[in-house]
Amino acid sequence: MQPPLFELRDVTLSRAGTVVLRDVSSDIPEGAVCIAGPSGSGKSSLLRLLDRLRDPDRGEVRYRGRDVRTYDVLALRRAVSLVPQLPALVEGTVADNVEFAARLAGRSPDVGRVLGQAGLDASFADRDAERLSVGEQQRVMLARSLAQEPDVLLLDEPTSALDEEARESVERTLLRLRRELDLSYVLVTHDPDQAARMSDWCLRLALGGTVTGAGPLAAPEAARA
Amino acid sequence: MTAPIDVSYAQLAATLALVAIAIAVSIWVHVDLERDIAVAVARSFIQLSAVGLVINVIFDEDRLVLVVALITAMVLFGALTARNRARRVPAAFAPLLVALAAAGGLTLVLVVALGVFEPEPRFLVPVGGMVVGNAMTAAAVALNRLGDDMRAAAPRIEATLALGATAAQAALPVVRSSLRSGMISLVDSTKTTGLIFFPGTMVGMLLAGADPVDAVRLQLVLLYTLLGSVAIAALIATSLAYRNFFTPAHQLKDLPA
Repeated sequence: MQPPLFELRDVTLSRAGTVVLRDVSSDIPEGAVCIAGPSGSGKSSLLRLLDRLRDPDRGEVRYRGRDVRTYDVLALRRAVSLVPQLPALVEGTVADNVEFAARLAGRSPDVGRVLGQAGLDASFADRDAERLSVGEQQRVMLARSLAQEPDVLLLDEPTSALDEEARESVERTLLRLRRELDLSYVLVTHDPDQAARMSDWCLRLALGGTVTGAGPLAAPEAARA
Repeated sequence: MTAPIDVSYAQLAATLALVAIAIAVSIWVHVDLERDIAVAVARSFIQLSAVGLVINVIFDEDRLVLVVALITAMVLFGALTARNRARRVPAAFAPLLVALAAAGGLTLVLVVALGVFEPEPRFLVPVGGMVVGNAMTAAAVALNRLGDDMRAAAPRIEATLALGATAAQAALPVVRSSLRSGMISLVDSTKTTGLIFFPGTMVGMLLAGADPVDAVRLQLVLLYTLLGSVAIAALIATSLAYRNFFTPAHQLKDLPA
């Protein structure tokens, strides 16, 4: 039997003396998964445990049946690629950013194709990354991750800084990637409607970082379409 | 050529009139610096008099081991002083100590090996003092900038780590800008030297009656030597100190604001 994508076992995490996750235990399956809960429930911190940007104070995190600490941490982060809440690109053009990410993973990217997967026209390649709109920058962040050909995308509220139109567009892109590339993603959101639209399984956290529920949802809208 | 300058205590006391002007300005404009000025004047008199006596002993003994002891003490105090200016860098003392020791040691070895100065206390003590002093300033400025920029760039650094970059790759833009900050002041003052100010060594030699061409040549030797030592100090300080922001697993540590 295939192990779950991720397993969390009695995970506790503190930051600056405050407990942000308390005894969290749950499996996270493959597919379109969300971690939902109010602000301050430890969603983003939990996401960072999955690619070892943080380590828990106590407990164990497993990826495909193995403790994440037994993987080469850099290889793990290229396989389990996190897209942060706000764009944070390196200086240079859009192509520089995509190529930088690809080189880290030992890939030679087709920049135009990767931009297309992230919903950007190939003409963006030569544009200065810092001069793009927030929505466009967020798509470049997604393109960087896709250039590494990851197994899993970790998405930390990727639409929270976007307007309605840009949010819908990014959501459509993610659902298309899920369908076309069979790419699993773990999406952090505080919006229950987005959780319903974007995921077929959800882990719910409450303030104080405790689990209030975990289980399947109805299939995401685009998957149903 | 005139005889070397001989400054009496009466002449030294006379310069207190200019200190009085500084204190008067401070009182008049309410900048609240008169106490600091008085402390600065007293400390500079005591510290320089003490070091003058020490240097006198070292010159009389003419032993290199005493030069090494003096430079070591300067490196130690320099690292302690610079640490106070680099408070936002975790455990900054060790990187500063290594940076100042390397800058002082390497520079003195190089200037002797290249035949610029003889390996004698009368050359190595003043040159070593200048090197350590300038290296301290450069390393302190570089780490001060590093501490600020690592916090400001934390989201970008974490996003780069998330792509599987090493801590060194993620911190490189910040390390580069910090290194530049540490070096730029001396580079700029070297560019403008002679045009808008006369550097200290040249002024001292001219006052002591040296030939201006000799004074200029020695000043250039020191400026070029300092450029090298400042680069060594800032490079080593930033290259070691950035690591203190990361765990061995290439994780950015939580930092106090």
